[in-house]
Amino acid sequence: MNKLMQREAVPTIKRFFLVCSILGMVLFISVLVGILNGSSPIPLRELLLSLAGDNADPTVNTILWKIRLPRVLLAALAGAALSVGGMVFQALLRNPLAEPYILGISGGSAVGAISGILLGLSFFPGVTFFSFLGSMLVLGTVLLLAGDQVSTRKDFLLLGGVMMNVFCGALIMFLISVSQGPEVKQIIFWLMGDLSMASSGNLALLLLCFPCFGVILVFSRPLNIILTGRDSATAMGINVRLVSTTLLVTTSVMVSLVVCQSGLIGFVGLLIPHFFRMAIGADHRLLGPCCILGGSSFLIICDLLARKLPEHGEIPVGIVTALIGAPLFIFLLWRSRR
Amino acid sequence: MTALKVEGVSLSYGGKSVLDHISFSVDEGEFFMILGPNGAGKSSLLKLITGIERLHAGEIEIFGRPKKDYSARELAKVVSIVSQHAPVDFPFSVAETVLMGRAPHLGLLQHESTHDLALAEQSMSFTDVGQFSDRRLDQLSGGERQRVMIARAICQEPKIMLLDEPTTALDPAHQLKIMDLMEKFRQDKKTTIVMVSHDLNLAAMYADRLLLMRDGQTVITGTPAQVFTREHLAKSYDCELLIDKNPVGKVPRVMLCPEKFKNYEKLNTYHI
Repeated sequence: MNKLMQREAVPTIKRFFLVCSILGMVLFISVLVGILNGSSPIPLRELLLSLAGDNADPTVNTILWKIRLPRVLLAALAGAALSVGGMVFQALLRNPLAEPYILGISGGSAVGAISGILLGLSFFPGVTFFSFLGSMLVLGTVLLLAGDQVSTRKDFLLLGGVMMNVFCGALIMFLISVSQGPEVKQIIFWLMGDLSMASSGNLALLLLCFPCFGVILVFSRPLNIILTGRDSATAMGINVRLVSTTLLVTTSVMVSLVVCQSGLIGFVGLLIPHFFRMAIGADHRLLGPCCILGGSSFLIICDLLARKLPEHGEIPVGIVTALIGAPLFIFLLWRSRR
Repeated sequence: MTALKVEGVSLSYGGKSVLDHISFSVDEGEFFMILGPNGAGKSSLLKLITGIERLHAGEIEIFGRPKKDYSARELAKVVSIVSQHAPVDFPFSVAETVLMGRAPHLGLLQHESTHDLALAEQSMSFTDVGQFSDRRLDQLSGGERQRVMIARAICQEPKIMLLDEPTTALDPAHQLKIMDLMEKFRQDKKTTIVMVSHDLNLAAMYADRLLLMRDGQTVITGTPAQVFTREHLAKSYDCELLIDKNPVGKVPRVMLCPEKFKNYEKLNTYHI
């Protein structure tokens, strides 16, 4: 039995806590770096002073807690939700190319958000609400079309989602082509993923992500077993349909909640799950926490770069995730070939 | 004691009858095999017993208790199945896969105890896959992978083990290894084995009793000596099969008879 444990072939509690605490540390450091850096760096001493509450500079206080913290938290939760969402979709649809937007969420939320922007609504709650509504409408359509075959017909879901995204893509192009002026830049930023609209007001919505994480983690062992065969999972006492449908709906809602506030940040949901699957294997009980902790750290750092790199203003964070992510991914693929 | 009792079970998909009033029973510790041509309904029968397919007509009893009185998890603690194909597109290690067999015995959030790990280790060494416990499933050969799936089913600690064509597509050495494993498992643990197979000779050598099917119906149930007659096999398989006695084990031996041998003069006197 010791032989088994030494080889680290099985998910021991010890390994779980070791991996989680390492990634937890990484996340803590990322948050710290993300809060302290920006257009005007703040020394760590100031942060500690502000935390202690005495003779802190009110400007520093505002920058730290009203501007940077909400933004870092939004980045963290978006990174976590997109990564763990990508993980679930890749597993349920048994498709390595699946990403969190695949059921039409990206198209639906984009059409909603762009309509909101063109109507001149404020970002929160107007654009956010429209975007969420859009993704829920598309998601509902896809799920209704699949009907009671949601858990069995993965190709149906996949094609349905892709077609919805194609249709929405055409709508998006139409809306962009008929609009002029400052809205166009706003739209492009939204489409590339933009975390600059974070404020403490809309963060409350993101708290709803936590129960979704919970559901995904609770169902991770059944998910493992389903991946080794639906029939044998049923024979092992697992309600395959219940588990798949719950995971599908929970994950989609979670991703929609994030997307309506962050725009379409690409690549995180593809890169992070594959990265950890190559690093630690396919056990979703460990893979889930890794995606949550690692994905949030990754997006915090990417967002920091998006704020820091340009001399004036900032670039959409989606550009950074793809610029870093794609080469990293190709490197991983190249390495796994050997 | 009767481990498994199937009585008047029927099944149809979209108006097409797949199983038609099948009845048989298997005693505890018996090696029972189900034979028949492709599409005879053998796999569907296994699916009904494990609850993969819903039972509409007839009755299935497991250790004297109707199957419908078992919850899915209770059933999984008694019956395990080794399916024909296990997907390997996710990189689970051998040890992780075998440990999954403990799932019916664990709560949703309960972690495997040292007892569970020890059981997994035992079943891996029983099926001789312990030496590659950290390898990934897709890095194994077909025979090795089949032994991993059997180890998982053993780790489930079943009283009845169902296997769906476990030796198909394996070389003779691996076929024998798997059959011997199942025989040993039965003797060690008094486990009841129900196996679907296409290999008539393996069935004749290993099975205590057999069910021979055709088109969802029973041709005959009985010992290999009772089942392996020219008429029964011709009725089930629609082709000429020659039968004599295996000189070693004194069990029936079945041979195929290709068209070009049919002029052999002694063919008609060959049958026992």
